Order: sequence, then structure tokens, then C-alpha cells
Amino acid sequence: MGVRKAKHGWIYTIIFGLLSIAWVFPIILVLINSFKKKVYISRKPFTIPTDKMFVQWDNYVNGMEKIHFFDAFKNSLFITVFSVAAIILCTSMCAWYISRVKSKFSSGMYYLCLFSMIVPFQMVMFTLSKLANMLHLSSPVGIILVYLGFGAGLAVFMFCGFVRSIPLEIEEAAMIDGCTPIQTFFQIVFPILKPTCITVAILQAMWIWNDYLLPYLVLDIKRWKTIPIAIQYLKGGYGSVDMGAMMAMLVLAIIPIIVFYMACQKHIIEGVVAGAVKG
Amino acid sequence: MQKSLKKYFPIFALPTLLAFTIGFIVPFILGIYLSFCKFTTVTDAKFIGLGNYAKIFSDKTFGHALWYTALFTIVSVLLINVLAFAVAMLLTKGIKGTNIFRTVFFMPNLIGGIVLGYIWQLLLNGILAHFQKTLTYNSAYGFWGLVVLMCWQQIGYMMIIYISGIQNIPGELIEAAKIDGATSSQILKNVTIPMVMPSITICTFLTLTNGFKLFDQNLALTNGEPSNMSELLALNIYNTFYGRTGFEGVGQAKAVVFFILVALIAVGQNYLTRRKEVQQ
Repeated sequence: MGVRKAKHGWIYTIIFGLLSIAWVFPIILVLINSFKKKVYISRKPFTIPTDKMFVQWDNYVNGMEKIHFFDAFKNSLFITVFSVAAIILCTSMCAWYISRVKSKFSSGMYYLCLFSMIVPFQMVMFTLSKLANMLHLSSPVGIILVYLGFGAGLAVFMFCGFVRSIPLEIEEAAMIDGCTPIQTFFQIVFPILKPTCITVAILQAMWIWNDYLLPYLVLDIKRWKTIPIAIQYLKGGYGSVDMGAMMAMLVLAIIPIIVFYMACQKHIIEGVVAGAVKG
Repeated sequence: MQKSLKKYFPIFALPTLLAFTIGFIVPFILGIYLSFCKFTTVTDAKFIGLGNYAKIFSDKTFGHALWYTALFTIVSVLLINVLAFAVAMLLTKGIKGTNIFRTVFFMPNLIGGIVLGYIWQLLLNGILAHFQKTLTYNSAYGFWGLVVLMCWQQIGYMMIIYISGIQNIPGELIEAAKIDGATSSQILKNVTIPMVMPSITICTFLTLTNGFKLFDQNLALTNGEPSNMSELLALNIYNTFYGRTGFEGVGQAKAVVFFILVALIAVGQNYLTRRKEVQQ
């Protein structure tokens, strides 16, 4: 495939080119509006800001003051990075254990993980948030444990699928040569699991970074907000929304995602494909 | 090896088991129990049997949310999969710029539901303003707004999965069909589609469950306006829980029903499309 050029290929190139522009248009629109005075945003969203409408960085300054964007950014980053790290480390170890030790516990754990993947969050949202409060997990550090628990299903399942394809002989050889199980895992198994680690990391990071409801219910949001919570907070109760600040904060919320995407696009797309095939 | 590994249970399996117990097992079991109780918090639960479930049936918003969600899911699954498959077919033909197009189409996927909702609120309200309407004018606008939003978000993701499926078809298979005189529509129907059936299984599964469980986008785009008419099931459950005190039990019972529906759909869909897969 792909060796033979398609007939009339350039027509398709033009069509897809136009489609691509249409695809990024909503984001461009938000970017343009983030520099407009707020009264013009809902009234004239499709016009380029004229001198009268242009407000320079006012919306950004205003929005950042209102929702403390950098604090939210720090919280989001902290929670995402450490939750993903905890998930990778703990679930890969657990998956190796339950794949290698044949017992009722192992198969029970495996099927529970599989089962947890189809349970919607609404099923546990109330009890989970109350339990988390009781156990004092309402902080960015505590929520890591909650994410490890709720994200374990998919991660254990994916790691198990991969561990099974690793020949047992390699590990046995290492053990006979005097490695402890911990050494065997970190020196032999974990390096082999690296591609799966990347897949799991990307899927979990996409979920945790963008997650709204779980941190909203679990975190003490007076003290800690993540980016999605901060944005939703901007809307407030039933009053009118400050559209200028909203546009500016949407832009700031999108920028880190685009930077991340540009930096590891190849891994992200491969991760999605690998995740889909196993999932 | 099993024996020596077994001694290391506390290091290897215990942390995950502990977190999984706190994050899933206990809340799940407690959730089922509480659906039979009257409560405002976990500690004051009083067993009342099936009362909460009976209340669901007299709650009109739940019925409305159910068919609204079902309709939304069907429409979005069909649109997303057909469009994603079509784009994937075209983007595996060696068109110039394919990589850029893939990159662009996939990008919306990384943006979170809340942010997506507000982006589309601006765009759609801007368009509707020309007709003196807004997204919350009636539930049909909210419905199609959500469909467009979901297409924009998910076509790229599904396209990536379809592209990898199409690229895995052995070239000889298509060549052989051509030599036998098959037209391109016959090749599509009898070779390509059966061969990418595993991708179709996965993509319908993902779009089905994503559509059915949708929450963030719904909350940000219309928040159920006007008067709960554009409310999907997940948001309906959330509002029952946190919107009115005294209805926590009903909310939990709704959540159990919701869970059973999702489970049935997931299992049923898997069974139906797996049957159609061919051995490679």
C-alpha cells in the first residue's frame, strides 16, 4: 500500500487540506475571540477583532486572576504525572505477579479488573467520593491512590496481555542465576514491558489530565483545582459568564495539550492503536 | 519460581490490590447496597428495599434521558464510524500530505470534555445567533450540537484504529480479488470490510460506551438546558444525586440501572460483532 500513487491524488489533497482547516477552525475561533472585549464575543464571534474590540492581554490577565490558572496547571500536572507513574509501577508489578503465580487470587483479580472496565463512574461516584473523604484522600497526593485504584483495571488487563507473551525461560534463567524476584522484575521483565508502559501511560495520562468529575468530587476544591475544574468554575452559578476570561483560559488549557501532542505524536498514535488492539 | 515469587506478594500485588479495593471494590459493593437504602451520607443509611427503584419509574426525567441517550448514542456511533472509516480508506491511498491530515484529525481527541464543550458552545451559538436562537432553545439543538462535537472529537481516534486495520490487510488479497475481476465496491464489501472486522468491533465498542457514558461534554455544552430536556443519563444521575437532597438513594438506584445497561450493551455488542470476524 502507499507505493502506488492514487489517481487524481491532488484533488484529494485539496479536499483534505480544506477539511483540515475546517477541523482546526473551532480552536482558531477561540484564539481569535480571546483577544476581544467580552461584549463582542457572544455578539460577533466570527469577526476579526478591530481596534475597538481588541483588548490585548486583558482577558488573559483577568482570567488568570479569577481562577489562579497556574495553580490549577500545577495541580493538574502533579496529579497526572504521579498518578501515571504510580499506575505504571504498581500495576505492571501486579500484572506480572498474577500472570506468573497461578492461584484463585490471581484469576479472581484478573476478572475483577476486566469487570471494572465496564463499570461507569456514576456507579461508584458517590461512595468513592465519601470513602475518599473519610480516608483523607482529598488532596493531590491522596487522589493518586484513588486514580491507581480506579485506573488499575485497564492497566492490569493490558499488562497481563503482554506479560503472557514473554517466554518464561528468560525469567527462570535469571532466578536460577540468583536473582531475587525484585531484581528479575526490574532488570529483565520491566525493560521488556517498555512499549506497553508507553501505551498505558498515554491512555491514562489522556484520561487523568482531562478528567473532571472524579477530582471534582474527591478533591477539596476550595484548596485544589485542576484545569477542567477551574474552567467549569469560571462559569459559576447562574450568573453570566465572563466570556473574555473563558476564551483566554480555554486557549491556555489547550496549549499544553498541543505542545505534548507535537512532542510525542508518534508515541500517542502508536499507543492508541496498541491500546485498541488489546482492549 | 512460583514459590519464591509468592513470598513477595506484599511488594508486587498488595499496593494495587489495596488501591483497587479503595478505588473500586468497596465503592462498588457499597453502591449496590446503598441503592436499597435511604441515605444522605454513607453512615446514615437505612434499608428500605426496592423503594428507590420504584421511584425511578415515576421520574419522568429518567425516561426522557434514557431515550435521549439511546438516540444520541445510535446517531453518533453510526456517523462517527462511517465517517472515520471513509476517511481511513482515503488516507491509506497514498495521498500527498496524509501525515499532516492524520495529525490534524486526531488532535481534538486530546482535549478534555469540559474544554471541548465550551469551544463548541461559542461556535454553535455564534452560528445560531444568525437565526436568533441559542443551543438551549430546544433539546434538538443540544442534541445535534453534541453529535457534531462528538464527531469532531472522535473521528480522528477511530480513523487511526481503522487505518491500522486497513494497513494490516495483505496486499495479495486485494490483488487476487482484482485479478478475479472484482469491482472496487465488491472488494470493499467482500474483502476489506470482513478483514477489518476486528477494528470495527473495537471502534463500535468504544463509540457505544463513550456515547452512553458521556458526561463532561453534556455538562459544558448545554448543562441539560432547557429544563433537563437535553440531559443524558450520566448527567441525569448526577443531578439526581447532587441537585436535590433526599434523592441520593434514587440516584444510586439509577446508577445501578445505568451500570446494568452499559454492561448489557458492552457484552451484547461484543458478542454480535465478534461473530462476524474472520480468521486471518
